Amino acid sequence: MHKAVQAGPSNSSLHPAGGGGMSADVVVIGAGAVGTAIARELTRFELEVVLIDKNEDVGGDASKSNSAIIHTGYDAPPGTLESRLVTAANPMYDKLCEELDVPFRRTGAILAAVTGEQNELLNGIIQKAHKNNVDDVRMLSREQALALEPEISADLKGALLIPRESIIDPFLLVVALAENGAENGLRVMTATKALGIKTENGKVKGVLTNRGEIRTRFVINAAGLHGDEVAAMVGLSDFKVHPRKGQFYILDKNTPYKIERIILPVPTKLTKGKLASPTIHGNILIGPTAEDLSDKEDKAVTAQGLKEVVEGVRMLVPKVSARDAITQYCGLRPTRTPEGYFIEASGEVKGYVGVTGIRSTGLTASIAIASYVVDILDKAGLDMRPKKDFNPRRIGIKKFADLSWKERDALIRKNPRYGHVICRCENVTEGEIIEAICRPLGARSVDAVKRRLRAGMGRCQGGFCGPRVVEILARELGVPAFEITKRGQGSRILSGPNR
Amino acid sequence: MKYDVIVIGAGPAGLAAAIAARENGAQKVLIVERDCSLGGILQQCIHPGFGLKLFNQDLSGPEYAGRFISEMEPKGIEVLCDTMVLEIEGNSLKCANVRSGIVTLGFKSLVLAMGCRERTRGAIGIPGTRPAGIFTAGTAQRFINMQGLMVGKKIVILGSGDIGMIMARRLTLEGARVEAVIEIMPYLTGLTRNRVQCLDDFGIPLYLSHTIIDIRGRDRVEGVTVAPVDGNMRPVAGPGRDIKCDTLLLSVGLIPENELSRKLGIEIDPLTSGPVVSQFMETSVEAVFACGNVVHVNDLVDNVTIESRKAGKYAALSALGKIPGASRVVPVRPLAGVRYAVPQKIALDFHGGEKICVSLRVAKPDRKVKIEAVSGGCVIASLKKKIVKPGEMETLNLAAADLEKITGQVEIRVQSEASHG
Repeated sequence: MHKAVQAGPSNSSLHPAGGGGMSADVVVIGAGAVGTAIARELTRFELEVVLIDKNEDVGGDASKSNSAIIHTGYDAPPGTLESRLVTAANPMYDKLCEELDVPFRRTGAILAAVTGEQNELLNGIIQKAHKNNVDDVRMLSREQALALEPEISADLKGALLIPRESIIDPFLLVVALAENGAENGLRVMTATKALGIKTENGKVKGVLTNRGEIRTRFVINAAGLHGDEVAAMVGLSDFKVHPRKGQFYILDKNTPYKIERIILPVPTKLTKGKLASPTIHGNILIGPTAEDLSDKEDKAVTAQGLKEVVEGVRMLVPKVSARDAITQYCGLRPTRTPEGYFIEASGEVKGYVGVTGIRSTGLTASIAIASYVVDILDKAGLDMRPKKDFNPRRIGIKKFADLSWKERDALIRKNPRYGHVICRCENVTEGEIIEAICRPLGARSVDAVKRRLRAGMGRCQGGFCGPRVVEILARELGVPAFEITKRGQGSRILSGPNR
Repeated sequence: MKYDVIVIGAGPAGLAAAIAARENGAQKVLIVERDCSLGGILQQCIHPGFGLKLFNQDLSGPEYAGRFISEMEPKGIEVLCDTMVLEIEGNSLKCANVRSGIVTLGFKSLVLAMGCRERTRGAIGIPGTRPAGIFTAGTAQRFINMQGLMVGKKIVILGSGDIGMIMARRLTLEGARVEAVIEIMPYLTGLTRNRVQCLDDFGIPLYLSHTIIDIRGRDRVEGVTVAPVDGNMRPVAGPGRDIKCDTLLLSVGLIPENELSRKLGIEIDPLTSGPVVSQFMETSVEAVFACGNVVHVNDLVDNVTIESRKAGKYAALSALGKIPGASRVVPVRPLAGVRYAVPQKIALDFHGGEKICVSLRVAKPDRKVKIEAVSGGCVIASLKKKIVKPGEMETLNLAAADLEKITGQVEIRVQSEASHG
């Protein structure tokens, strides 16, 4: 039996800082899509890079609770950095996802006008798309749109086709970036919270964390929702970040209605509206709301929000029903004031690079932001010698459910644990779960297993596999089962042994 | 390898069906089970209350299952554990088996006995945060009874289903404090005996016509907000009442597990979420039978056994070519007052002289009623009941002679005796 490399989840730091302190050329704060993409991009060079995150797993907060769409940038504010980076990023995903073994599909989107008023806005949207260099957006007649997506409302007046809007597995994107980074020398420290940034004479000297100090000359603030708090650590207080809550539903794979493409509403001045999208794994996702909050911890779904989601999406796809729901979730998009992408080296604190204002488009833009930040560091004087043996490829966990009968048979004969189906909704085997735990940056919690393999994401929501995943985690990590958490410290699943 | 009868699932339904198939002439009978041992959910049901109807004995779940397992062994019924059926193609199954890899198993007839799963938080959409400490009652039962692990110390249970009530008692015995059982309906959804033995005897309060409108806690459940509901089961406006707890158990319904059945294209009854079956427990696909909670959620395991013996018997007869094709089939339809009725169809030209047991659930609690089967305007069978409850299944028997009176669709209805003589 192979044991996980590290000790238990209570010590979920993957590379403990140790007593003697650590040093790095660059410390990236925040292991969401943006921070992880930057950190991984930096491993192309002969640099010591450390990626830290307060959570027990990579994947961030906003990066794992969103609409899982890779945008084209057709509706970005033209001429902005956001527009530039999102449109640059979209075409990069085919190669990236092939190299990193991440599920990705170019489904395209249909933007559906269901009132005469909305229909009149379509021309303006096309013009804006073209200004953003998204040249392939085109008008569809009502009939053409309904032929492509018969579940769109009969109220449809006209529509746009946005061919390159795409869907992705956002969890695996970040996990894959982190794993590939780690393979290329990146040090990932989870459950590691930045407490302060040490400066001397206007220069960054180190990052103080709950696991000790990391000496460094360069620090990158990719802390998303907490970006203003990290900026304040170097005395910058020219902006604020507040959360904009988005509530979503995931619907069962069995719905009698299906959609092939992302169905988008016509945005209004007040809201971008609620969309319906197929997920890469065959569910339908609907949402989000857009609620401006002050509490960065408020991740509760509300009866009102969920009702708005269903009512909103029904205007586009009338058959959508809350009865088909298998789960609901909520994400907090970082909303910066003043708004917009701000990615720059500080003029006041040398070595500090702020990557802030990265809102809902950030999942898409992350990969282009990464190259942009590399340029900034290059200009700021970091020695960027390319690493000769950089390997851009990552091999994901072999998914039993996706294999042919012959491959499945061979796999089970080689390792009987692949014959032991643990999650029966998504057909995830014990062999896969063990691999998710034992590979570099391995899963330490039930949610981490879920995000890597989908065990517990099916219609029984972990009712059947949950206790078994806890058992496997405990066994592989060599800890009592009651120490296993849902998602890190404070979230133990069990209270202890029976009396 | 070709079997006369293959049974999918070794819970109470599968065990009874396999034994009955063997007893009725099937030579080669196989049970395929994904778990490493037999008994299905009964393995974790260590409480008593099983077998009262069938054996007139008060057994625990494992004891009840044990009776069938030991009965099965000398009969030469084959068993394949650690085996997950992934696909059914024509007359064969493709399964993953821990030792043998992908195995293909042929059958003449098939019995689906996959049981059911629990309805989740996501399916009912409870608002609030998503912390650790929210379990379906059966999942908590598995942790406690199979793995020896406690789920929490201060518990609130949503739903008055049987597993929830049984877990209220179990958790109390393990030293936890069960603060409340919350039920959205104005009546109990589980068995009255469980309310008496599991809640009342332990002083656990039951709040009918209430629901949970919020779950609090970032990492672990810290509390829930409970509010009364109106006649449409909508929460009454207002702040509700906070109950501090570290664990929320859900006992809000069971759903027949029909993923394989759907893949086979079997007709599913939207009222039961299980296959439409005939009195032989045969589904809409010839030679494919179904029984137990995969067909409809039963209240007592004894009823599952009775129904599954029938499925096993007719699966055997079908494999042996002894069931003639039916030319006259009439539907069975639930009318007002009846939530569902099983079987959903009756074949008239061959019934082997056997009575037909129509299993049904009433839509609401009532007193002094008659449950009737009506065909062509005539009452063909009827059953008087002093009390009916949605939590308790009713059985209306149609004797062979009653079948002669069927002239078309059979309707099942509940009549109040007061208004109907």
